[in-house]
Amino acid sequence: MFALEINGLQKVYKNRMHALKGVDLQVRNGDFFALLGPNGAGKSTIIGIVSSLVRKTGGKVKVFNHDMDISLNEAKSCLGVVPQEVNFSQWESCLEIVLNQAGYYGIPRKLAGERAEKYFTQLGLWEKRNDKSRTLSGGMKRRLMIARALMHEPRLLILDEPTAGVDVELRRSMWIFLQQINQTGTTIVLTTHYLEEAENLCKNIAIIDKGKIIEDTTMKALLSKLGTQSYVLDLAQSCTTIPAPNQFNLRQTDPLTLEADITRDQNINELFLYLSTAGINIASMRNKSNRLEELFIRLLNDKNPPGN
Amino acid sequence: MGYHRIITAFLTIIIKEVTRFVRIWGQTILPPAVSMTLYFIIFGSLIGPKIGQMGGFAYMEFIAPGIIMMSVINNSYANVVSSFFGAKFQRHIEEMLIAPIPDFVILAGYVFGGVARGLVVGLVVTIVALFFTHLHIHSYAVVISIITLTSMVFSLGGFINAVYARNFDDVSIIPTFVLTPLTYLGGVFYSIDMLPEFWQGVSRFNPILYMVNAFRYGILGVADINIFHAFAIILLFISGLTTFALVLLRRGIGLKS
Repeated sequence: MFALEINGLQKVYKNRMHALKGVDLQVRNGDFFALLGPNGAGKSTIIGIVSSLVRKTGGKVKVFNHDMDISLNEAKSCLGVVPQEVNFSQWESCLEIVLNQAGYYGIPRKLAGERAEKYFTQLGLWEKRNDKSRTLSGGMKRRLMIARALMHEPRLLILDEPTAGVDVELRRSMWIFLQQINQTGTTIVLTTHYLEEAENLCKNIAIIDKGKIIEDTTMKALLSKLGTQSYVLDLAQSCTTIPAPNQFNLRQTDPLTLEADITRDQNINELFLYLSTAGINIASMRNKSNRLEELFIRLLNDKNPPGN
Repeated sequence: MGYHRIITAFLTIIIKEVTRFVRIWGQTILPPAVSMTLYFIIFGSLIGPKIGQMGGFAYMEFIAPGIIMMSVINNSYANVVSSFFGAKFQRHIEEMLIAPIPDFVILAGYVFGGVARGLVVGLVVTIVALFFTHLHIHSYAVVISIITLTSMVFSLGGFINAVYARNFDDVSIIPTFVLTPLTYLGGVFYSIDMLPEFWQGVSRFNPILYMVNAFRYGILGVADINIFHAFAIILLFISGLTTFALVLLRRGIGLKS
C-alpha cells in the first residue's frame, strides 16, 4: 500500500500561476522520502494540497488509500504536517499548543499529556513546556512543530524544510530523532534545501521543477548517475610533486592537501594503491562537494539548459 | 471522526477560546465594565433625573437593560472576530484546518467562545448596574434566552467578518460603521415612541431594536415591539448566518488558497 499516492495533480492559482502541471508521485508505506526542488518548484503547493490547506485544480490525492475527495477526514487522521513557517499561537505555552492539537484529533487530555511528555522529552523541550511559545529559539520552535505534528501519532509525517535555520548540532540530533520515528513505522516525506540531509536520511527521492516531477527514483540509483566524484585528501606529510601517470587528475591545493577525481570506471582502492606506491600517506579524506547537490544542479540544468 | 472525538475537539476549541479571553481579561472584561460604569454615571445619574421617567420607569432603570445588551452584543462580536482573525493572521488556524474536525464543530466552538464572553461581560455589567439601580427580573426565561440567542447572532457575525478580513482595518470597519450605529439607534437610550412616526417605521428595520427591547421586556416587562417577533427575527438571523458561515468554511473562503 502507498502511504501517499498523487495522480495528475494540477494547481493553478488565482493569479494564473500554473504551480503544478500534472504531478504523479507514490510514496511507499514506511519510506523516508525526499521531495527536492528549487524555490517555487511546487513542493509547498503539493504539501499544501495534501494537508488540505490549498485547493487543487485537478488530479487525485490518496493518503493510505483514503481518497481526499471522498474520505477527507480519514485521510487527515493519518497525516501529520510540519510546515515551513511557524504557525502556532505566540501567546500559548508549548504544552497548551500540543494539547490543543491532540484535542483537535479527538485525543483525550490524559493520553495527550502522556504523549506530550514523551515527545517533549525526546525533543529536549520538556523544561520549556510551560514557557510561552514566542520565547523559544528558532530551533526550539521547529522542534515544537515536530512534537505537535506527532501528537496524534500519524502514519504519514510530512516535513517542509524542518531544519531550515537550525544549527548543525541540532540538525544532526533532529536527523536521529526522525530516523527513530521512521524506524517505528511512520512514513516520512521530507522537503529540504540541505541536500546532504536528503542524502543521509532518505531512501527514495523525487525532484520537482516548474511544477513537474523530473526525477523519481531511489537515492542509490540517483547517486549512481554521478559519473565522477571529487575527493579532498588531507596528507600526513607534505608532498611537493605529483607522481606520473596522473590517472586520477590529482592536483595540489596546498602542501598538505590533494584533490582527486574518481570516475565510474575507477574505484577508491586504486587511488589508495597509487598514492601508497608513490609514498604519499593520507591522514583523512572527504567528498569535495555534496554528491546529491552536484546531481541536483545537473538535473535542473539538463531540463532547463542555460540560455533557455 | 466518531462522536467522542467530535466532543473532544469541540471542548478543546471551547477551552482554548475561554482561556484566551480570560487570560487577557484586562482587554476583554475590564474595559466594558469601566465604559458601562461611565454610561450609568453620565446618562443615568447626571442626565437621567432631568429626563424623568421613560416607559413608566426611572431613566436609569430604563437604560440599564439596553446598556447590558449593548455590552453583550459588542463583546460577543469582538471576541470571535479578533480570535478567529488572530488565528488566521498568525496562521495557527491551520492547526484546526488540517485536523479532521467537521466545519460545524469549528464554527460551534468559536460561537460558544463568543457567547461565553458575551455572558461573562453581561454579568459583570449587570453587577455594575446594581450599584446604580434596582433591577427586578420580569421573566428569567426571556432574559436568559434572549441574551444567549443575541450573543449567538453576533458571534456568528464576528466569525463571518473574520473569515473575510484581510487586515486589522477589516476587523474594525463593521463594529465601527454598522454595529455601533445600529446599537445606538436600537433603543438603548430611548423608547422609539419618542420618534416621529416615519422614524419609528425605519427603526423597525433595525434588528438590534428587537433584541434590546426583548431583553428590556425580560427585565422590566415593557417593550416597544412584539416579543414573539423578536424571537422569530433572532432565530432567522441565527439560521441564515450559520448557513452562510458553514458555506464559507466549506469553500475555504479566506482560509485556503
